Amino acid sequence: MNPELTTALAVFVPFLGSIGIGLLDRYPNPREALTLISAGALFLLVLSLVPEVTAGDRPAAQLIEVMPGLSLALEVEPLGLLFALIASGLWIVTSVYSIGYMRGNNESHQTRYYICFAVALAATMGVAFAANMFTLFIFYEVLTLSTYPLVAHKGTDEAKRGARVYLALLISTSIGFLLLAMVWTWQAAGTLDFVNGGILRDKVDPGLLPLLLALYLFGIGKAALMPFHRWLPSAMVAPTPVSALLHAVAVVKAGVFTVVKVTVYVFGIDLLRETNASTFMMWIAAITLLTASLVAMTKDNLKARLAYSTISQLAYVTLGAMLANTTALIGAGMHIATHAVGKITLFFCAGAIYVATHKTEISEMNGLGRTMPFTYGAMLIGTLSIIGLPPFGGIWSKWYLAVGTLEAGQWIMLVVLLLSSLLNIIYLLPIPVYGFFGRSSETSNAAIKEAPLPVVIALVFSGVGCMALFFFPQPLYDLMALLFTGQ
Amino acid sequence: MISAQLPALQVVIPLLAGPACLLLHHPRLSWALATTASWMTFLIALTLLDQVLSTGIITYAMGGWAAPWGIEYRVDEINAFVLLIISGISSITISFARNSIEYEVNEKRVYIVYAGWMLFLTGLLGITITGDVFNVFVFLEIASLSSYLLISLGQDRRALTAAFRYLVVGTIGATFILIGIALLYMMTGTLNMIDLMERIPAVSDTRTVKMAFAFLTVGIGLKAAVFPLHFWLPNAYAYAPSAISALFAGTATKVAVYLLLRFFFTIYGVEFSFEIMELDRVLLPLALAGIFVASSIAIFQKDVKRMLGYSSVAQIGYMVLGMSLVSVSGVTAAILHLFNHALMKAALFVTLGCVFFRLRSVMRDDLAGIGRKMPWTMAAFVVAGFSLVGIPLTVGFISKWYLIVAALEQQWWWLAVLVLISSLLALVYIWQVIEVAYFKPADDQSPAIKEAPVALLIPTWLLIGANIYFGIDTSLTVGVADRAARVLLGVGP
Repeated sequence: MNPELTTALAVFVPFLGSIGIGLLDRYPNPREALTLISAGALFLLVLSLVPEVTAGDRPAAQLIEVMPGLSLALEVEPLGLLFALIASGLWIVTSVYSIGYMRGNNESHQTRYYICFAVALAATMGVAFAANMFTLFIFYEVLTLSTYPLVAHKGTDEAKRGARVYLALLISTSIGFLLLAMVWTWQAAGTLDFVNGGILRDKVDPGLLPLLLALYLFGIGKAALMPFHRWLPSAMVAPTPVSALLHAVAVVKAGVFTVVKVTVYVFGIDLLRETNASTFMMWIAAITLLTASLVAMTKDNLKARLAYSTISQLAYVTLGAMLANTTALIGAGMHIATHAVGKITLFFCAGAIYVATHKTEISEMNGLGRTMPFTYGAMLIGTLSIIGLPPFGGIWSKWYLAVGTLEAGQWIMLVVLLLSSLLNIIYLLPIPVYGFFGRSSETSNAAIKEAPLPVVIALVFSGVGCMALFFFPQPLYDLMALLFTGQ
Repeated sequence: MISAQLPALQVVIPLLAGPACLLLHHPRLSWALATTASWMTFLIALTLLDQVLSTGIITYAMGGWAAPWGIEYRVDEINAFVLLIISGISSITISFARNSIEYEVNEKRVYIVYAGWMLFLTGLLGITITGDVFNVFVFLEIASLSSYLLISLGQDRRALTAAFRYLVVGTIGATFILIGIALLYMMTGTLNMIDLMERIPAVSDTRTVKMAFAFLTVGIGLKAAVFPLHFWLPNAYAYAPSAISALFAGTATKVAVYLLLRFFFTIYGVEFSFEIMELDRVLLPLALAGIFVASSIAIFQKDVKRMLGYSSVAQIGYMVLGMSLVSVSGVTAAILHLFNHALMKAALFVTLGCVFFRLRSVMRDDLAGIGRKMPWTMAAFVVAGFSLVGIPLTVGFISKWYLIVAALEQQWWWLAVLVLISSLLALVYIWQVIEVAYFKPADDQSPAIKEAPVALLIPTWLLIGANIYFGIDTSLTVGVADRAARVLLGVGP
């Protein structure tokens, strides 16, 4: 199959899948089978693009020209491919997990759930493969809207409130700031295409660059920079598989992915470095990084703690992008991948605990590890990977980010990174440790069993993924390095 | 050659269809006749636009009397485009109207609706196509009188007071316009638009011409519901029958906005309107005030139709805003929004018509849980609502895009920011409805509500399709609007 077609199909396959899922409303087993088939087909499609891209090709597909000079167009470049690979790969795992979780919990509206999930993935592919800022923006908004019903899934007042915050913050930042930044760019540069090295050189007064960058970064609400991070904890009312895939992988990573994309292809890292335009946003990222870690320590609700941990980890990526050198950006790109695998593992565990015991608060979970060994084993792995300890994938991205701070001469940022790793240990590690060694508060733990099989399969798989990324980080590095060799 | 007579037929067909509907005196037959006539005007408008785009301006001497003495019809890019919008919206909404009007209007009066509808359409098409300012006034009266009739046919008794209030305001507006035209005639001795354009500069520093300008601006502003002359609009929209609200929302104010463009840019010219009279200094603050005040009021409306009425006032603000920027992209944005807003507002009112057909109410709180009972109707509302907010892939986004580009062109950052903030206000009032419809469970035990009939859903989704199609393929709308803006501003392509 020719790569252009494959690129377009990557967006359309999950979308078609969602239609099929809708038609199979009354037949749960074929419906779930179709979800798995779509996920598998999508992953294979994305995978088939890897040889092309590593060979230096950029498969592209022009869809329609919306306004003169502005078109819906797709183009696969290394960073997008990396993001698409992770999102589509983890969609398979999450689908397996979803089946166990949704059936185990007897959730209602399961068809709507799988439809929205598939549409969200289609939008994610669109974000990953967007050839210009305009296309990216459109798919970004589709992603926001298609995930709203997932967040509000339970239909309770609390869920509706959370979903409203989710929607309000994401839409208002994207329309208020991102759209403005985009029209400004269009006005100044006459194009919104992603061009390696940026499109803004000599087009915007260097004194205004920091403002434009701030509009972009705050406008990308999905990257959850403070003070626009509140939507992420609010979105935790969603069923756990949603939190897992969307709020550890697709949605939030679409945010930081856009940040990196804007840094590399709209501004260009050389321009940022020469003008020091990114210094202010670097500090915002650093503050977000530490503050979110501190807030995470105060949360007893497991998903809330994971949410703040995610905010903190997303800020790593933004920080890496704002350091504006190749090493830091390679680290940022790798962190998108390693954190995705690590965090999805932790969310899977949180969901597994909920399915098995209906517990949500960390303080109630003491001693559960002995009755749920697989879940807690995976949780330990995910925790260590996010902290950045060997032999798990998280260490590599943190390593390159740290080297990047030195290359940029930002000693303070190195201290921030190290301090944050320390905080990670404090707020994450106790969860599995008390799970294994804590004394159970209740006697009823005897009745608790390990989570349903599909759930366990999924979390073991992603736990193994964390380990695999430690031993085989080379493909990730190569893809990211490709980003800068063409320059 | 019949094609040479098209400009006359554009007006004559609905003009004849009006009395014919009265004579037929039968609800279904009148409807069939009116619908056929409306679609014919649409085809004619389409042909005219095509001719204008390929061969340039079409002039037509009414009754064979040459221009300065006889009435001249003159079709250029801008009014060909407006003709297309009006006839298109009228055709789709009248296709929708059969079930809806029979449901909402006393059966004995149904044929009157279609007679009034045809005369209203005659008036609007006539205002748009004519090249003679007195003829504008005549058609304006035809349109106004029939619109008072149409509003007063609403079932709610408040429709009568709404119609009466509109009658008073509309008459004041028409009188002002007539005074303005008379003053111009006094100074120039002509009623032909092109002659006026040529002769006004010679007398432009007289007080009379300036007075005429003021009278015309206020008079047309009343008809266009430009803030703060908008107070008649929300009630008129709220209490008219649903199909009529959809028709008005998509056509009446649009024609008035077209008239503003015609008087400011063609007849008086950019130099007089914006350099001597400095009209932009008045229009810009009024437009912004209109956008923010009306959007904020819309948020607090419990009646969804009234809410949309206030929203229309705000949306007219966007058109006036584009106009007041006096640049190609600004005027393009105004013309684009004229087209796009007609599509989105007509679509929204039509979906409310579907809702009313089943629910007998369009109060927001009564809509609880309706998203599940009327999935197609409410899905249409969601798409049209997103279009109003300006979500990408809908027409609303295209309008906002051009407006922001126009603002940034003048380096007016604050304006771009204000436009974006105002979109969020629209999101708030639309979202309130969506949330009630989808996420608030229905609590009443009343008989189960079904989806609206297919005869209502087809026109509704035609409009929704147009909202999406013209949001993705903008070659027609942006192309024509851009050409029209260049014609109005007198700059080459």
